[in-house]
Amino acid sequence: MENWVVMDICRRNNVTVTGRSDGPVVVLAHGFGCDQNMWRLIVPALTERYRVVLFDYVGSGGSELSAWSEDRYASLDGYAQDVVDVCDELDLERAVFVGHSVSAMIGVLAAQAAPERIGALVMVTPSPCYIDDDGYLGGFTAHDIDELLAALEANYLGWSSTMAPVIMGNPERPELGEELTNSFCATDPDIARVFARTTFLSDSRQDLKSVHVPTLVLECVQDVIAPREVGAFVHAAIPSSRLVSLDATGHCPQLSAPEATARAILDFLESL
Amino acid sequence: MCRTGQDPESSETEDEADTDALFIALLEDSAEELYESAPCGYLSTLMDGTIAKINATLLRWLGMEREAVVGRRRFTDLLTVGGKLYHETHFAPLLRMKGELSGIALEMKTADGGRLPVLVSSTVKHSGEGEPLLIRTTVFDASDRRTYEEELLHRKREAEQARAEAEQARAEAEEARRQAEADRVRLADALAVLQQSLLPASLPAAPGLETAVYYHTASPDRLGGDFYDLFPIDGARWGFFLGDVCGKGPEAAALTSLVRYTLRAAALHDPEPATALATLNAVLHERYAASGDVRYCTAIFGVVDTGSRPGHATVRLASGGHPSALILRAGGHAEFLPTPGGLLVGILPSAPATTAETVLEPGDTLLLYTDGLTEARTGPTHNSLYGEDALHAFATAHAPCTPQEAIGALSELLDSFGDGLDDDTALLALGVPAVPPHPLPATKHDR
Repeated sequence: MENWVVMDICRRNNVTVTGRSDGPVVVLAHGFGCDQNMWRLIVPALTERYRVVLFDYVGSGGSELSAWSEDRYASLDGYAQDVVDVCDELDLERAVFVGHSVSAMIGVLAAQAAPERIGALVMVTPSPCYIDDDGYLGGFTAHDIDELLAALEANYLGWSSTMAPVIMGNPERPELGEELTNSFCATDPDIARVFARTTFLSDSRQDLKSVHVPTLVLECVQDVIAPREVGAFVHAAIPSSRLVSLDATGHCPQLSAPEATARAILDFLESL
Repeated sequence: MCRTGQDPESSETEDEADTDALFIALLEDSAEELYESAPCGYLSTLMDGTIAKINATLLRWLGMEREAVVGRRRFTDLLTVGGKLYHETHFAPLLRMKGELSGIALEMKTADGGRLPVLVSSTVKHSGEGEPLLIRTTVFDASDRRTYEEELLHRKREAEQARAEAEQARAEAEEARRQAEADRVRLADALAVLQQSLLPASLPAAPGLETAVYYHTASPDRLGGDFYDLFPIDGARWGFFLGDVCGKGPEAAALTSLVRYTLRAAALHDPEPATALATLNAVLHERYAASGDVRYCTAIFGVVDTGSRPGHATVRLASGGHPSALILRAGGHAEFLPTPGGLLVGILPSAPATTAETVLEPGDTLLLYTDGLTEARTGPTHNSLYGEDALHAFATAHAPCTPQEAIGALSELLDSFGDGLDDDTALLALGVPAVPPHPLPATKHDR
């Protein structure tokens, strides 16, 4: 019976466990847009010493779409519950949770909900609030978020007609299997819309105060989604945090600067 | 044959030379010229997005100067904010993972604040060692296509909206239908209970008598119409009545109820038939006519007494405007029991009723009926009614018969009328058994 439940959650969240089986546990959580394959360039640097857990939030990547409901996933707590579910099923204790983008804040909520499960946080290009607010610079207005939703809609047509064959055929990179490329970043448009709204319209600034575990804040010097002011804000709000600025461009340093990102994460892990 | 002009072969050679010159003129574009003036935008960026090269077409579309862009702006700087977010969350990760992307819809900002919908395709150029060096991007003006897509999306939303509204309407209609069905069932239940109060569910067993009834309902959802009853008065006497109220529906049902219980109560007080009908007349007149709402009925009321002579029954009955009773005699003939002159019950303050009396011999059967039977249509017009003569002939043909046999034959007759029978019809028959029940076995064999 219990095995069945474990199988169920692992299948629901497309859980992958790799690396050293008796090593400390590192959980890698993707953000809005793609799935666990975001970490492909980082994972090899971790597997020698750590047990690495990867998963997809319900609604993303290879997760069970049938388990998705707008009710649950219209708030970050629903995603945090996914994290807690995965930790419970694998019976993880004091794991290091590495969350990219919105997942950094999901990790904060999960650590609140299950403090015994999460012993440290790595927040990769986090933002507790994307929308500007009286003295706080998040980088966006509500109108900007509407534009993103429109861009998602516009590319839904593109995905269904143009993108699918492009994603399927990929002779130069045979290591990216068809299964991977088929699901990577290609989300059901209704689910993507809910995730986008939840991600970009949430305000989790107050939750940062609840963080007492060792925390690494990783920012990029050039990031249009999480500007450096936001990185500084997160670092200031979490006394137990270290801030590392990567000399990288964009919102996904694990892709654009994988070596530097892996180095920063390893340094932090070794310091624990 | 003489040659008339130039050597045709040399002429062909000249033509070819002209054509080649034309092509050369057309192809004088250098690769640079092709790049700059291509019908699409070209853009090369470093891996951090910094624009290293951009063609004149794209600069013209954006309304920007080359010096302001190259080395100074990143690709994402050219995008709307929504486009930037999409680029960072989808485009850039995919491009990094796959090395190429095509046909992504984005919006670029033009220098004058306008927006240019574009379709973007990018490939990553790698070094010999596989290191990514730069990104090559082509940009197609997608204004027309975007308009088309937006129209598609708009229509899709409209269709979804219409579908949702249709589904809603269907659900509401279904709910209304369920409600109507529930109402109908509730009403039918209520009608059935009411009907129980208007007609006895079954006749009581009257010692020394045989009885049978039949009721034909013209419309099941409409109460009222005809009525009958049979009830004990004292040891050997039974009261019975049958009649027809004016109208149909709830008012008729209320009237029927009043008639039935008034007659029962009146008979217990004084079983003389004419008196019972006089009491009913007074009650109805007081209840309806006095208030201007004239309602009336026809009724035949009788008392049957089996006590005066064993194996026989004396019947006294009175009629208020009701068709005469018919007697099917044991001897094989039938006769009406005339009760002429009786008035409709309830119209006038006082209405004298005609009383008649007869004796039922063993095998005789007394039949009461309402005019649904005699006024059933037997032909295509309203004029061809079944009539009392036909009924008399029918009864004569069937006499002698028991009440059950009489009612059985008449119900078949009613069925044979089909659509011609459009009114409620009540039949009540009672008679004296032709052969008295066997006496209890004597005790003389016991010894």
